[in-house]
Amino acid sequence: MAAIPLRTMKARQKGRIAKVRAGGEMNRRLRDMGLVPGTEIEIVGRAPLYDPVNIKVRGANLTLRNNEADFIEVEVEG
Amino acid sequence: MKQRTSGEITIALAGNPNAGKTSLFNQLTGARAHVGNYPGVTVEKKEGRLVHQGRDIRVVDLPGTYSLTAYSLEELVARRFIIEERPDLVVEVVDAANLDRNLYLALQFMEIGVPVVIALNMIDVAESRGLKIDAVLLGELLGVPVIPTVARAKKGVSELLDAVVQVADQGPAWKPMRIRYGSDLDLRIAEITGLLEEGRFEIGETPARWLAVKALEGDQDVMRILDQDPGYGPVIRSSIEEVTRHLRATVDDEPEGVIADHRYGFITSVTKQVVTVSRDIRRTVSDKVDMVVLNRLVGPLFLLTVLYLVYQFTFWLGDAPVGWFEAFFGWLSGAVENVLPDGPVRSLIVSGIIGGVGGVIGFTPLIAFMFFAIAILEDTGYLARIAFMMDRVLRTFGLHGNSVLSLIVGGGISGGCAVPGVMAARTLRDPKERLATILVTPFMNCGAKLPLYAVLIGAFFSRQQALMMFLLTLISWGMALSSSRLLRWTLLKGSHTAFVMELPPYRLPTLKGLLIHTWERVWQYVKKAGTIILAVSVLLWAMMTYPSPPEDLARVFDFQRQQAIEAFRNGPAAGILPDEKARADFRDRLAILAERPEPVAAGAGANRVEVLAATVALLDRGRPLPDELASYAPAARAYIAYRDASVLIGGGEAQARLKYSLAGRLGGLLERATRPLGFDWRTNIALTGGFAAKEVVVSTLGTAYSLAGGGEVQKASLSERLAREPGWNPLTAFTLMLFVMLYSPCFATVIIIGREAGWRWAMFSMAYATALAYGVSLIVSVTGRALGLGT
Repeated sequence: MAAIPLRTMKARQKGRIAKVRAGGEMNRRLRDMGLVPGTEIEIVGRAPLYDPVNIKVRGANLTLRNNEADFIEVEVEG
Repeated sequence: MKQRTSGEITIALAGNPNAGKTSLFNQLTGARAHVGNYPGVTVEKKEGRLVHQGRDIRVVDLPGTYSLTAYSLEELVARRFIIEERPDLVVEVVDAANLDRNLYLALQFMEIGVPVVIALNMIDVAESRGLKIDAVLLGELLGVPVIPTVARAKKGVSELLDAVVQVADQGPAWKPMRIRYGSDLDLRIAEITGLLEEGRFEIGETPARWLAVKALEGDQDVMRILDQDPGYGPVIRSSIEEVTRHLRATVDDEPEGVIADHRYGFITSVTKQVVTVSRDIRRTVSDKVDMVVLNRLVGPLFLLTVLYLVYQFTFWLGDAPVGWFEAFFGWLSGAVENVLPDGPVRSLIVSGIIGGVGGVIGFTPLIAFMFFAIAILEDTGYLARIAFMMDRVLRTFGLHGNSVLSLIVGGGISGGCAVPGVMAARTLRDPKERLATILVTPFMNCGAKLPLYAVLIGAFFSRQQALMMFLLTLISWGMALSSSRLLRWTLLKGSHTAFVMELPPYRLPTLKGLLIHTWERVWQYVKKAGTIILAVSVLLWAMMTYPSPPEDLARVFDFQRQQAIEAFRNGPAAGILPDEKARADFRDRLAILAERPEPVAAGAGANRVEVLAATVALLDRGRPLPDELASYAPAARAYIAYRDASVLIGGGEAQARLKYSLAGRLGGLLERATRPLGFDWRTNIALTGGFAAKEVVVSTLGTAYSLAGGGEVQKASLSERLAREPGWNPLTAFTLMLFVMLYSPCFATVIIIGREAGWRWAMFSMAYATALAYGVSLIVSVTGRALGLGT
């Protein structure tokens, strides 16, 4: 298991959130939407210009910009 | 506390966006909603009533939110309503297929202590995804009633209301729920709760423990309360700082992070017990659709196709009803003209009221179909996908993916309204992104600009209607985006904020939902036409009618008219039309012939008056005269010359009157500035009126030209009139459309901008937009003429 930034994950890759490194409002916003450590996520796809990214969290699809995805570290297999 | 078994029950309807809250509200209240605002803010508040088990129930729709922080106005409004108005209970609409995140909001209401009833909505969707939820167990674990519902199919609604009445009758006891936040925080929460109760804080009935949790979250709204007590306030603050330092050192996180994690921890422990996954569906139908619709190549093409279809749909369906409305108002004008004598009252009703309001109401079908199309995009979930795909592009221009909502509601697909568009910018958190969005949203082609486009496109570009609309839409986007980039480089420099957004699963919209959505917006538009535009039409009519020109001027025209009559009576027709009776017969005969398509020959046995009429009719239609009518030709030509002269004199008189009026003088003053754009004083009057509401541009042009043209021209539509007008050509029309697209937002929008962003920005918006409009129109007009287009 290795923790990598969410930005570097590939489409269809799955993982578990290890850390959310944002502060203040960004932190609250990410967590309100269910992005808390321990949560399983999967990359569904990316927008036509590769940004934002579409991820599956707790049965819902959320979108994040790449620079927001940088705040999130994900444990992935391999 | 005594049991309450009578009296009105107030429930607050809460839930995440996309959880089906609107469907449930419509099912509960039958869509007979009262729409207003929450006090002091511009967040929309919908209220409805119903009766269940003989009890009156008042339903207040809270804004759809994910949480109850102080970061957004919607969330603040929702929690203030609970704390300040203390409803009997909250009905929390929870998306069963998305239980964890939806319960996160429910939990926060339960922490405040207000009684909660959970509507476990869209249970059918959850089941289709292989999720089985034990509602009874969920209710036991949370300590609140949980009722499975399918709001759009009205399933479970009656059971939900039973639970509502039952909970309300248990009395108004508030029992704040206690969640464990770990030993560090639990100790602090207990300490701060005690301090809040001891100190002199004006917290009323607000649960102190909830305030303590919020204070630890760093909630700005609650932190302000701490300033009320100069003794205890600082003690609480230092306690918060202490635990924050401790948590940073030990778990590398802020208290608010830890609190959120524990809430989710609690929720996960609950959902693990109640949700069974019978079959694991890796890809939902929505995901499969998205694989195509959000595909890098197909996605943008699909997006453009959808937008183009929206225009086609609107114009294809809207065309006929617009014609019916036009015919109706034409008939109404005619009827009033027949009943009332000529004079200021008739002029006020026909030119001012029917002409002004009719011109606006006439376009309601177009606007209704456009709103309907946008409602489909919203209710299916595609609008969020547009934001997702457009974000990278919009960010380049200093905007946010959600700005697309403002831009589209403001008229980005053409046919919206800048007022709700500006208000929709509230979903943006960053003040600079928000301001940029607010300032450029009025450049979109709102529904009020459409009538003018329709008139001008009909007159000058009738063969490329859809293409021209498409072009105007592209231009408005181009202007909005480049303006925004400019603003974000100069006055509004700064970074952007979180884009975290939900892509709701695709849903088949219900017809009822679409109709309610459309109706609410159309009604707003019609109400505006009925109030502001009526007032403005009357005001403008008065400005265009008064002051009356001096007697001398009227005498000049009377003299000219008299001369024309004398010339005709003494001319070649004198022999055939010797007296008033013959002339009256002649006019009647002409009127009859004008109604007949073919043929217009006089026929055998006709008298001389009838033959003369037939000759005139033939000449009017440009037909060759048969030999036997040749002797009538001079008399007929004399009549035609007389008729043309009186139309000219009448038109000249009306025009002189208008030019003499207040509006005419104002328009004349502005003509010096607008001449390079090709706008004359009449257009200037219309543009001035357009500040009150953009629809008024068309109605004023209509009034200006019908006043100037005299009775017979009134029947021709404005399009035909402008197409024949010498000062008008495709270049003028195009320049005017650009000017109207860009110049100062209407009065209503300026007020909303003032309320949302402050009066300085509202003033700025007017000046900036008008300067931009002038600059762009000037460039187009000058370039166009240099290329020889203006003829």
